[in-house]
Parts: sequence; structure tokens; C-alpha cells
Amino acid sequence: MGLSSIAYDLGSGLNGPMSISHLSSPRQQLAFSAKSCTGSRACITVRAADGNSGSMRAPPSTVRASKLVTNAVAVKSETASIAATKSGHELLLFEALREGLEEEMERDPRVCVLGEDVGHYGGSYKVTKGLAEKFGDLRVLDTPIAENSFTGMAVGAAMTGLRPIVEGMNMGFLLLAYNQISNNCGMLHYTSGGQFTIPVVIRGPGGVGRQLGAEHSQRLESYFQSVPGLQMVACSTPYNAKGLMKAAIRSENPVILCEHVLLYNLKERIPDEEYVCCLERAELVRPGKDVTILTYSRMRHHVLQAAKSLINKGYDPEIIDIISLKPFDLHTIGNSIKKTHKVLIVEECMRTGGIGASLRASIMDNFWDYLDAPIMCLSSQDVPTPYAGTLEEATVVQPPQIVKAIKQLCG
Amino acid sequence: MGWRLPLRTALWTLRGKQPKATADMVRELSHRREVYSAVPCHLHIFPILKRLQSSEPERACSQNMDEEMNDFMGRKVSYSSQMCFIPEESTNSVPCYRLLSTHGDLLDPSSINELDKELCIEMYRKMVTLQVMDTIFYDAQRQGRISFYVTTIGEEAINIGSAAALNATDVVFSQYREPGVLMWRGFTLQQFANQCYGNEYDLGKGRQMPVHYGSNELNYLTVSSPIATQVPQAVGAAYGLKMDKKDACAVTYFGDGGTSEGDFHAGMNFAAVLGAPVLFICRNNGWAISTPTSEQFRSDGVAIKGQAYGVRSIRVDGNDALAVYFAVKNARKMAVEEFRPILIEALTYRVGHHSTSDDSSKYRSVDEIEYWRTRRDPVARLRMFLQSNRWWDDENEDLLRQDLRTQMMSVLHNAESKKKPGLSNLFEDVYDVIPQNLKEQEQETQAIVGKYPKDYPSDVPLD
Repeated sequence: MGLSSIAYDLGSGLNGPMSISHLSSPRQQLAFSAKSCTGSRACITVRAADGNSGSMRAPPSTVRASKLVTNAVAVKSETASIAATKSGHELLLFEALREGLEEEMERDPRVCVLGEDVGHYGGSYKVTKGLAEKFGDLRVLDTPIAENSFTGMAVGAAMTGLRPIVEGMNMGFLLLAYNQISNNCGMLHYTSGGQFTIPVVIRGPGGVGRQLGAEHSQRLESYFQSVPGLQMVACSTPYNAKGLMKAAIRSENPVILCEHVLLYNLKERIPDEEYVCCLERAELVRPGKDVTILTYSRMRHHVLQAAKSLINKGYDPEIIDIISLKPFDLHTIGNSIKKTHKVLIVEECMRTGGIGASLRASIMDNFWDYLDAPIMCLSSQDVPTPYAGTLEEATVVQPPQIVKAIKQLCG
Repeated sequence: MGWRLPLRTALWTLRGKQPKATADMVRELSHRREVYSAVPCHLHIFPILKRLQSSEPERACSQNMDEEMNDFMGRKVSYSSQMCFIPEESTNSVPCYRLLSTHGDLLDPSSINELDKELCIEMYRKMVTLQVMDTIFYDAQRQGRISFYVTTIGEEAINIGSAAALNATDVVFSQYREPGVLMWRGFTLQQFANQCYGNEYDLGKGRQMPVHYGSNELNYLTVSSPIATQVPQAVGAAYGLKMDKKDACAVTYFGDGGTSEGDFHAGMNFAAVLGAPVLFICRNNGWAISTPTSEQFRSDGVAIKGQAYGVRSIRVDGNDALAVYFAVKNARKMAVEEFRPILIEALTYRVGHHSTSDDSSKYRSVDEIEYWRTRRDPVARLRMFLQSNRWWDDENEDLLRQDLRTQMMSVLHNAESKKKPGLSNLFEDVYDVIPQNLKEQEQETQAIVGKYPKDYPSDVPLD
């Protein structure tokens, strides 16, 4: 269990290692990968690398086993992020968010939470479960259904001394709060000449879920990325979820913390000691030298899945979870590009006007001379997300597309 | 629900009445059929009921039903067999509270003993200051000295009267027509001018349009133009005050037009639900740029909306500084002590144009404007009251106005001659610490401006 602290269960029936190269035809391989993404739960369980029962088990050849790299994630002991020790505790991503939130609320009495059903109900994704009982009805406040109102309330409360966290039941609903976010939240620190700060955290689940319908599958990071004054981060693992939550609460700037509906049940072992992530730093998930893959949120896991097959084909991708969507961590990204000279961006935003589009522009501006090939960007289709499961799958980037893109980029 | 609903409905209508003979039921039925011409099908159940001879089961049934149905989520509802629609307007509009007549006479002469002479004089002085400041800034805009201005002419009583009733620790979220509140708290004429000119002494560092004042020190939040966005923000501030149990309230101002915005509805509703100590002061001045109130809402003004949200409200004569003062003072006490929001509708008239970008003679008659400017001026009204009590005279008046004009001229001159904020101010305060991308943009901009100085304003320092 030492190598991988994050485990993947990509479908209810699959218990073995995720390699697909043993499958005879590419079509079978694609079919396998496609199936592995349609598991009805995002729930993750831990699987060892040695392959147990399951229909897709690798052939028992020892030679093959030594070539197989079932874990595409960087060895965790090399990075400071995850504790490779046996200490620490395992939890799901939504619990990690709650832990971070609870620790900050204990630490600072000014921290409070506002949102629909966050109090007695504990939050629609249980991120605030138990907090109202612990901290009281005012500090964990149930609001009426008026996103612009409670976001405005948070802005007003922040300007007069509190540190509120606004929970949007779904990021898409925060479109109703866009006026307050764009015209006031991002602006008032600047227009008041620095007299008033707005240390709010606006968070909520976004992204394409499992058949939630178009209105509940919005990717708001693309709408917020150009609002001046806002900072934006996207969490993708329990470790960075807790760390980013804490960092966002402690930040003096308004921060938008993008979570993903399908990642709430991701399980990981995180340290017992207190830690805070850096809001502006990207995470090096896997070092490599052939190509830089930039991704964030749920697509990180699709990339990792694709990477397993890529590695087995002999590619050596460097995978970076950009974490900070505004501003981009061009330092980490740049260092990687200087090494690999090729970039693939994998995102869940739409092709038009998404994070990928502006990241591409930033990279071109800054690292043009280091590129050996045009920057490739895989994004979702420019369509409202359909309800039908098969169609929904086709609107977001799937691992086979990533594999194909890398082959195209690297030859 | 099937057939049970019709039966229950039928039983409700019999509730409270003695069981009648069959003939009565039939008469009742026919009567109902005449009254309610579009008879819902469930009333046809009556023919079945008239066959029931014993009233016991009916009464027992209906009693049980009543106990269940009386309580809707904590609110007791009584029933009536009179179909009655709440009228869209009541015969009498909400009465308007005033202490002074239009000519400045105390309507209740004995109440003079409750008035503080020094306070009244100070209020008057500030109202005159506001009036003079507005006139001179407006002229300055017309002369091209400042780019834009919004006057408060006609609404001085609301500004000063309400400000005088608040504490210095009450947090103010204004729209843009309330500089008098800031003035009362101590913002100097020079500071007003600095903001309008956007010079280096502006607290906002030249980043906002004129009249978008803000002062952390004086608990007056920086003005943000979008209408009514400040309303939920005030509720948020009140929520913080309630949690901290401070002896202070939040106050927010908006116009009649602002009550149409969704934020007003949401803010009022939420303040009531939360029990937030916040004052909602509506300056109903008759016009939202060119939209008169008759096209803004069809309700009896704004005060009546309070009850719909569960908010206590009052309508006050906004041109009567004393009435505004006492209304706000009492409202504040209720808000802070009882943890409740209060809505105050102050009726007034916007004598000036909406802003310097507007010419209101295009959509309203000049006679109407002149009438309110000359015959219903709140400043003149308070002056008449003060002079009739010999608390003020013409000599004081002339001296004050002369002094103010001189001050204003010097203030304008000072503000004009100051430098504008340097280029670095363009990129600071976007975040708490300037990030790398903005630093790069700043360097690029400095390089360009340094290379082609003739293409850029000469009074903007490069640093």
C-alpha cells in the first residue's frame, strides 16, 4: 500500500490493476477505459498493485509484471505533500473539507459559514455536517434561497470584520450571485483605496457530475477567471482540499474554491499534523520528461488514468495539477515546459473561453521559445451538458482522448 | 387527494354552524351556487351530505380536521366562509409622520421642550453646508473642473436628520445620494473635493468616480454604483454585529428605484428571518432617473412593503429634518435592543437632475421642479422653524453661506492643484500583495509611459 495513497475504483466491477495494454485490440482497450469511467459511484477504494480478483487482471507473467507500472502517481515520499508514513488518518474529500473548516472555525471566532441548508441539514454534500451543533446557528447560518443576497451579506460582513465562507449548493447557482461577486467582492478593496478588505471564501461543487442536467453541470471557473481582485483555486484530492480550504480562509483576498461534485468521496490518508497548502502553487503530481500535462480538478484523475497506459507504452509524462486557476503558477509550469518543451492542457471547461484558453495564452506569452510543438488543449464540448449518460460522457474529456493526444504530440 | 378533499371542504363550510335541517342545506347550496358561479365540482358533494341525518359524526370529524389544519408550520390560520380577496390597495394610504408644517411651525408646540437647540442649529448648519457644497461641485462639473457629480438637492433633511440620529459606530451602506451622512460624521469639504478630483489625497486613491466616497474611520462603506447591492451587505454587517452583541446597527440607504431590485427583496426578507439590527432607509424621491414612482411600483409606496416581509416600518416626511431625526432615533433603538430590522420610507423630491449626465427637464415639467425647489425646500423649512424660535437669524445665515463659499473655493483650488496618484496605484490593492502577473504588467506599463511621455497625462507620476 505504500506507493499509492490515492486509490482508484473506476467502476463497480473492476478490482484489478488498471493496465489495459494486455487487451488485444485498441478497440477493446478503449471499451475497457470507457467502461471504467461509467462506474456509478465516484467512491474510491484502495487497491494494491499486485492485482487481485477481477475480470481484468493482468496475465500472471512475472516479466510483464515487472514492466507494468500500475501506479502512475509520483512516489509520495518524494514530495512533501502526502505523508508516506503509516501515521495520518484516512478520510473522504468532503470530510477533509469539513476538517479544514472546523479547524479554522475553532482557531478564529470570526470565521462563519453561510449557505442554503448548511446548518441543520449539514450541507447538501455534508461538508458542514455537525458544525451548526458545535458552533451555533449564527456561525453556521441557513439562508433563504437568494444567492445574491447571502453573497452580498458575506461581502458586507467581511468588510466589517468577519471572515465568512459562502457555500453555493452548486456552483451554477452562484451565477445568481455574479453581480455581488464581480461588482463588489472583487472590486471594493481596490475602489475603497485599500480601506476595506473582503476576506470571503466562496466555495461549492461544480463541474460535470453524473447526469445532473445542464443547469447543475456548470464550470464557473471560466466565468470568474477574468474578474479582477478574485483569487481562484481548485481542489482535487483530500489533501489539497483541506490545505486549500484553510489557506483560503486565512487569505485576506476573496478566494473562490472550486470543488467537484464527483470528487467528494475520494479517499486518501492525510497527515494528523496541521498543514496549509499554498494558494498560488501548482502541484507536481508526477515528474517526467517527455511532455507536460497541465490539468486540475476531476481531470487530474482522468489524466492519471490515461498516464498508466501511457507509461506502459513508454511515455514519460510530467503531470502538474495547476491548483491555482487565478493567478496561474507560471513558475512551476514554466520550469516544466523548459524541461519537456511540449504541453497538453486537459480541462473540464468548455473549449471557448475556458481556463485552458487563457492558460494557453499565458504560456505562449511567456514560454514561446521553449515550445517544440503547438500547445494542445483538450476541453469539454461547447454544448450544455446533456442528461443522457452516454452523451454526458462524450462532452467531457475521457482518458482515451488524452492518450491519443499525447501520442499525437510526442509521436 | 381524490374524493377526500371535497368532503373535507364541504365539512369546513359547515363548521361553526349548528347542523341544519335538510331544507336549509338545500337553500344554502342554492345560495352558494348563485354566489360562486364557477362552482368547483367538490361543492356538488352537498346533495350527498343532506342525506346524513346525524350531526355527530360531522362535528366530530370537522373538529379533528380543524385542529390539524389550524397550524401551518407555526402560524395559526383562521378560516372563513366569506371568500375575500385582500384588496390591492387600502382606502387610506400609510400615514406620514411629520413634526413641522410646510412653513416650519411645530405641529405640536409643546414638543419644543423635547428639542435640543444646539442640535437643531448644528443640523441646520450641516444642511446648508451640504446644499452649498452640492451647488459649487455641480457648477465645477459644468465648468469641466470635475468629470461627474451627483447632487443631493432636496434631500438634505434625510441625509442630516438620519445621520444625527445614528451613533458613530453604526455602519453605513449608502447608495450615492447620502454624502450628508459622511459630512455629519466629520468628513471635511477638502476630503470631499479630493475624492471628486481623484488626487493623491483621495482615500480611494483615485480609483472611483466622483461621489463614490468611503471612509473606514467614519464607518461609511465605499459607495458602489450598482443599485441596491448595498442592501444585503448591510444585512451581513448587521449579522456580524448581532453575533458580536455590539451596541450598534447597520444602516442602508436606497431610493424608490432601488426597491425594485432583487437585492432589496432578498435583503429585507433575510433581515427579518435573521432578526438583524439593520435600518432600511428609503429615500422615496419620486424619480429613478426618468422613471416616476407610478411606473416603478403599484403599491402604496415602500413603507407598506415592510409588513409583507415581517419588518416594522414607518413613513416619514423626508423634508422635515426633525421628523426624520426622531423616526430614525426610535428605529435605531428598536433595531439594536430588539434585534429587528426597521424600514423607514422618507417621502421627498429629487430637485436636482439624477446626475450631471442627466437633464431632467426632458421628462418632467420645469414647474414641478421649481415648485419643490422653492416651496418645499427642506433647508428653508428648518430655517423658518429656527428663526421663528429666534434660534437663528438672517445675519447668521449670510455669514454662514459666505464663509462656506469661501471655504469651497479654497478647497476646490487645493484639490485641483494636487497631484494625481502615481502609476503604481493602478496595480496595488487588487490583492493584498501584488502578484507576479500584475507586477509584470506594471513594469511593462511603466516602460511604455516612460518611453512615450508625451502621449500620457503629465500630471500622473510614473511611480
